[in-house]
Amino acid sequence: MTVEISYREALHQALREEMQRDGDVVLLGEDITGYGGSYAVTKGLHEEFGLDRVMETPIAEAGIVATAIGMSMGGMRPVAELMTVNFALLALDQIVNNAAKFHYMFNGQWSVPIVVRTVSGFGQLAATHSQTFEGWFASVPGLKVVMPATPADAKGLLKTAIRDPDPVIFIEHSLLYSKRGAVPEGDDHLVPIGEAAVVREGGDVTIVAYSRMLLEALAAAEELSAEGVECEVVDLRTLRPLDVDTIVQSVAHTHRAVVCGEDWRTGGFGATLAAEVQDRCFDVLDAPVARVAMADVPLPYARNLERLLIPTAHSVTEAVRSLLSIGGRS
Amino acid sequence: MAKATSRPSTSRGRAQRTGEKAAASPRRRDRAALRGLDDETLLLMYRQMLLIRRFEEHAAEGYAQAKIGGFLHLYIGEEAVAVGALHGLRNDDHLITHYRDHGYALVRGCDPGQVMAELYGRATGVVGGRGGSMHLADASKHFWGGHAIVGGHIPVAVGLGVAQQRKDTGLVVLDVFGDGATAIGMFHEAMNMAMIWRAPVVFLCENNLYGMGAQLAEQSPVKQLVDRARGYNMPAAQCDGMDPVDTYRVVREAGEHARRGEGPFFVEALTYRFRGHSMADPEMYRTRDEVREWRAKDPIPAFAARLTEHGIADDKRLKQIDGEVEEQVVAAVRFADESPPPDPATIFDHLYAAPLGPAAPERSEIRP
Repeated sequence: MTVEISYREALHQALREEMQRDGDVVLLGEDITGYGGSYAVTKGLHEEFGLDRVMETPIAEAGIVATAIGMSMGGMRPVAELMTVNFALLALDQIVNNAAKFHYMFNGQWSVPIVVRTVSGFGQLAATHSQTFEGWFASVPGLKVVMPATPADAKGLLKTAIRDPDPVIFIEHSLLYSKRGAVPEGDDHLVPIGEAAVVREGGDVTIVAYSRMLLEALAAAEELSAEGVECEVVDLRTLRPLDVDTIVQSVAHTHRAVVCGEDWRTGGFGATLAAEVQDRCFDVLDAPVARVAMADVPLPYARNLERLLIPTAHSVTEAVRSLLSIGGRS
Repeated sequence: MAKATSRPSTSRGRAQRTGEKAAASPRRRDRAALRGLDDETLLLMYRQMLLIRRFEEHAAEGYAQAKIGGFLHLYIGEEAVAVGALHGLRNDDHLITHYRDHGYALVRGCDPGQVMAELYGRATGVVGGRGGSMHLADASKHFWGGHAIVGGHIPVAVGLGVAQQRKDTGLVVLDVFGDGATAIGMFHEAMNMAMIWRAPVVFLCENNLYGMGAQLAEQSPVKQLVDRARGYNMPAAQCDGMDPVDTYRVVREAGEHARRGEGPFFVEALTYRFRGHSMADPEMYRTRDEVREWRAKDPIPAFAARLTEHGIADDKRLKQIDGEVEEQVVAAVRFADESPPPDPATIFDHLYAAPLGPAAPERSEIRP
């Protein structure tokens, strides 16, 4: 049985259920109590669980992640909320030098079971508030990086992340919070970290996407299907550890791949994906791996300029069409 | 606060020689200055300061012989701080420190052989050769590491403190850092959050007057670092970091304050490192006179003099301790030297606590 809820409600349910299940699970972040969280995910939880378990913090991103790390070393299961991924840069030292390193550098003596929930997205917010840095986080050994696209995955992956013994960077998307979808009923819906999903089957091109770009990829696949082009769409869900095998298996029968992301083209996560596909699938590829990514420019405020830069379903269909024009498509 | 009057002997300042000199000191002191610590504890303090000193002298030799790589930051001159502070707290109170961490590891009870083996990058090191000098740790002893990004561990201690509070463990956290770290944002975030949450944390600032080579005046508008605490409405005190007993007294009060649930406490220990910032430091930023002046306050001979003066130990006993410590350190060096390097097959171990399995992408990265 499933129930139709929003991505926001799915995340809220995941937090609430895990807090009910385990008294060590605590939330901390800026404006997550009375204000309800800047995207209203934590709304009301402080009333149910009290201010000891839903902790309001000062505006101090490094301090938030650092104290979460310390709490986890003291036996707690903290879920830190960083208002947006742009602000996560202030906590980068804690994430990269502490959360990702302790287990390895201290020879497995302890792990850092924290979840850092944060948000990417855009919407006329200008250059400093419209970024996404999953490629940076995913480049760090020791971190796990999760970017769900659907309410079901948002709920199942967040619950898994909270139970996971390693630090998980959990990146939500501001434009997905109100999207609705079917979520399995009950409090035991878990989605494993590190497993991609083939969400649409097709034999002509593999489209690899995650987070909001999955929705764009599916819209593109629908449009192309009407033209007789069948796309296979892979939702990565987890960026690290990366489920390369699922991508390779798909490309083995489509012989073409488009990799999609909202981050910058240079050094973005798509660059890693393209390199992996090229490395593992060189013999079966009929065309170079195509990229859909943000142009290398800070996002401007003006609506028309912003629209020129944001990758959309149209960007994906264009990429697929250009791929199909290369090589001998039978 | 007792003043050190004895002078260290030349070169390595062996305690047996300084002990003899100290015996000649005419000045009488009040036994109360030793804060009611029993003889056994006072002798242990002496032994521990000496252990740090001898251990590091041998480590410096190992560095010169290229048996130790990377950075080596010596604590020589500052021994009284670690010894005094840890005696002021419970053995199971939590400890997290900066990268000048050999002294804390040894006093907390890490085996000197395993600590030396870590410096040597051997499999038998306290963290298996993965961390080196700056990243010693033993979670079973609640020693959560030396940390080498200046200031980065300071707010981690606050979270660890919050966990003690929530789980009602009755334990406090000793959070050790240097004067240079009081300029970085994470120190201020930590002080602020600790005070808001009343976290049971003793912030122990070892003020050795230099952040690498920059003088305090170049880095801070406040002359006394205890004044930093005022901005957070946090109680604070200074101690003589060249005196283990004074450091013990102040840290003990700070720890009990935190243990009573009254929140964090800031302690500034006034101290001095006799050696460079690291082994690579040519020490262009301070004068020989200044170093000589501070070396005259060497905590080890000064403490030896007090022990003999109060009849806690005679020269013979102190010599005996010195001999035992030297033997212990020589054995530690031998252990490190004879230990194997880490097995290359373990290079991906402990990357994640949840095993990713043999086919996991992290494993596939191994291209031997």
